[in-house]
Amino acid sequence: MYNFEFEKPGSVADAVAALGADDAQALGGGQTLIPTLKQRLAMPTKLVSLKGIAEMQGVCTGDDGAICIGGATSHATVAAEAGAYPALAATAAHIGDPAVRNRGTIGGSLANNDPSACYPAAALGSGATIVTNTREIAADDYFQGMFTTALDEGEIITEVRFPVPEKANYQKFVQPASRFALVGVYVAKYADGVRVAITGASNDGVFRWTEAEAALSSNFSPDAVDGLSLSGDDMISDLHGTGDYRAHLCGVMTKRAVAAAA
Amino acid sequence: MAQVSMTVNGKAASGEVEGRTLLSSFLRDQLMLTGTHVGCDTSQCGACVVHVDGQAVKSCTMLAMEADGADVATIEGQANADGSLNVIQQAFQDHHGLQCGFCTPGMVMSAAALLKENPKPSETEVREYLEGNICRCTGYHNIVKAIMAASGQDVSAIAAE
Repeated sequence: MYNFEFEKPGSVADAVAALGADDAQALGGGQTLIPTLKQRLAMPTKLVSLKGIAEMQGVCTGDDGAICIGGATSHATVAAEAGAYPALAATAAHIGDPAVRNRGTIGGSLANNDPSACYPAAALGSGATIVTNTREIAADDYFQGMFTTALDEGEIITEVRFPVPEKANYQKFVQPASRFALVGVYVAKYADGVRVAITGASNDGVFRWTEAEAALSSNFSPDAVDGLSLSGDDMISDLHGTGDYRAHLCGVMTKRAVAAAA
Repeated sequence: MAQVSMTVNGKAASGEVEGRTLLSSFLRDQLMLTGTHVGCDTSQCGACVVHVDGQAVKSCTMLAMEADGADVATIEGQANADGSLNVIQQAFQDHHGLQCGFCTPGMVMSAAALLKENPKPSETEVREYLEGNICRCTGYHNIVKAIMAASGQDVSAIAAE
């Protein structure tokens, strides 16, 4: 690692001020950023830890019934405390491994937008709202391609709001070495329709499978996906699976998620 | 360089560190607590697992300064007060839960974290909890058996493989 200064502010305002320095970088749980720094793939002059900000911690229920999760909340805490949205808690409970879940944060995961991460699928599949220190961003506008989001320089995810669906489920086909999603499908059934968000598959990062959403909105059963398919042309192709293989898995995992949705 | 202070195995510890100093480096190189092993250094293998404020973390993927003010527990603090092995450590010995021993500190620390939150885990739960701890010798079977035994459960039906 190249060296950097370390700062741990106690409020969002102090964190925003600290991030105003040239080449300063926010640090969530560090479960992606620290390995990235070890590879010397980034060279911030200053890391600003968001873990000491009390107002960015914890899980609560908003006035509209949505589950609100502080941006610096660990996966383990979401798994334990987001019981009002069981599919979300279950998704958090299967990210990485227990030690990673004790450090990694929802804000860090969403800000990084790894194309194989689980939380982007949960947020997009739930039509969540990403709340930052300056604005609220709909998930549909937030994810803008692999490792790319609507966040501006120095903008901090303070909270994520998830409307609670009637039914939902996340099915992850794990890449056996990294345990990241080779393909992960998040299905959520709301009163006004079904959302299907897929991670791990596309070169453009997490995306909604709109044809499956339309079919499932009129018939919420695994059979509704029969006959639908995605092209493997724009899918990630590597030694773990070809684009066509991932495209096929999208259908399989969507069916499994619908069958398991509760 | 900055000053960092924490409690390690019940004793106050402090030192001068750089921003980039990892918790694993601080424990091993400055406090000379070399029981915490660094295997992969990429947060895959779990040999470096310690507890920070009661939670299992990979100390190679946490900065020393992030642990400022924290209560840290490492393998060196796991033995009983009289120096004898604690129940998990003894179970690893009794059930041959280690061969080369490199992964063992992390395995014991993960096992301790598991049994604290789930005192009577099923075999499946033990295996799931150890997802982030890699052992290249044992095939895991006797590690799982040791942890089941340490939780006070009868392991006589779990055959050696």
